[in-house]
Amino acid sequence: MDILSLSAVETARKIKNRDLSVKEVLDAVFYAIDEKDKKYNCFITLCRDEAYARANIVQAQIDKGEELSALAGVPIAVKDNICTKGIKTTCASKMLKNFVPVYNAHIVDLIEKAGLIVVGKTNMDEFAMGSTTETSAFGVTLNPWDTTRVSGGSSGGAAAAVAARMVHLAIGSDTGGSVRQPSSLCSVTGLKPTYGRVSRRGLIAYASSLDQIGPIGRNAEDCAALMGIIGGYDSGDSTSVESTPLELEKIKRYSLQGKRIGIPKEFFGGGLQEDVKTAVLAAVNELKELGAEVEEFELPQVKYAVPTYYIIACAEASSNLSRYDGIRYGYRSDGAESLFETYVKSRSEAFGIETKRRIMLGNFVLSSGYYDEYYKKALQAKDIIQKAFSDAFKEYDFVFGPVYPTTAPKLNESLSDPLKMYMADIYTVTANIAGLPAVSVPCGFDSNGLPVGMQLVGRPFCESELLGVVYSFEQKNDAHEKTAGGGTV
Amino acid sequence: MKINNETVAYLEKLARIELTDEERVECCSDLQDIVSHMDILSELDTQDAEPLSQSFSAKNVMREDEVKPSLDRDTALKNAPRVKDGFFSVPKTVE
Repeated sequence: MDILSLSAVETARKIKNRDLSVKEVLDAVFYAIDEKDKKYNCFITLCRDEAYARANIVQAQIDKGEELSALAGVPIAVKDNICTKGIKTTCASKMLKNFVPVYNAHIVDLIEKAGLIVVGKTNMDEFAMGSTTETSAFGVTLNPWDTTRVSGGSSGGAAAAVAARMVHLAIGSDTGGSVRQPSSLCSVTGLKPTYGRVSRRGLIAYASSLDQIGPIGRNAEDCAALMGIIGGYDSGDSTSVESTPLELEKIKRYSLQGKRIGIPKEFFGGGLQEDVKTAVLAAVNELKELGAEVEEFELPQVKYAVPTYYIIACAEASSNLSRYDGIRYGYRSDGAESLFETYVKSRSEAFGIETKRRIMLGNFVLSSGYYDEYYKKALQAKDIIQKAFSDAFKEYDFVFGPVYPTTAPKLNESLSDPLKMYMADIYTVTANIAGLPAVSVPCGFDSNGLPVGMQLVGRPFCESELLGVVYSFEQKNDAHEKTAGGGTV
Repeated sequence: MKINNETVAYLEKLARIELTDEERVECCSDLQDIVSHMDILSELDTQDAEPLSQSFSAKNVMREDEVKPSLDRDTALKNAPRVKDGFFSVPKTVE
């Protein structure tokens, strides 16, 4: 049996029925990682010993007949900005290259309780700042569909590991598109939940008012099963919100009949690659055939989304990253003689250039004289953008668009022009600014055979409906079933 | 807004970051591009808009002030780059 070609839910079912043991599944996963990761570089750290130890515990629980979850026994990869007790958590930065958390992120406790097995920590852009995984201090993650191209970012390692069939599932984080964009470039399904639905405790902060942890999987059902485990209230995160758990059966029964989908005209303007446009519009037709009513509408506020996002994100990053002072944890420079020098040298030697740029931008928009003109203005723009979406959701059940203007960029193409790279976040940042749930779904390929993703944004806390649409779409469109280069194990 | 070398030097000081000469040149032009793009926000009418820091109406989270277990000293110091006698060690701060 080719274990890695099964979905996560199918794998768990086979484990439950004793067709597979947890160890067999784990062996297959580590075999695939050993075979393939030399090529793609999806993982920063593997935790083989811990994983096998967990596997024994989970197998014993299953043997006793304990009902852990719909994913019990399934291996999972976790992005390296999510704290794992006793396992290095680097944020892909020289600053934290030896950092070993003394506690688990809340969601790590939840997935372990549900019987999932963490196999390793995935590569990302440094401190989740980037769209290509090229700002990682541990080298770029190559795209399994074409190794001359990036896997996207910042959760590039997580998306590529799922796409290359090394693991069934991964957990990423999304501040401005970091789950959805790499999912789109690697042809996997990635969900950014509603702000507050998943606890951020133990997620190393980039921009706290925008950050949200989300599942990456091969299809809607796998993402829904994982979302059902990681969602819910946590008293340890003051922005955590109570929500009703997802029901897999409800998602499978979801019907698009009579549902209204709005397409912002502004999403299909200049800058959108022709092949991406074609694939995404073809997907809209399939949604229509499934019973949805589709209509274009105007969302002129989109124009202000990228500057609003970067002002807020960088402002919060400059504050969040001021904790890296070389004293309590993280890198300390050997060359410093005074306390001030310890701060400056440690930070200057350990942060990469993109992180430095964003910290400095954040300091700029918050500095006296510019605060009102940039930071306060961006918070007002956030209000305007959120209202525009809330108005749109009076008319429509979902807002539809592309995920990214292009398919996967070539290596070394994006970082030379940061503004251009930032502008490409146009379709994803709006959901973070408005706090809304959004999903990236494989929907087709460009003329080079590179994957294209489509995006659906929903009303707050409508993850179940979003995944319901994706599940219906998967019955019509098989893009999610195509595998990236390297074939099967 | 014009970003020049003085702006970058000021931001370095605020950020506790020192750029190399090469990084400074690059940073100056990148920041200029990015800030010029951010300037389009000035055309947006925000007269009726509230500065919104939370996506959804956040409420205060209160709890009883109870003593609960926390990290012990050795655990808390585990990731410190320099430790001395059970404390974080830093360069001399008072002359």
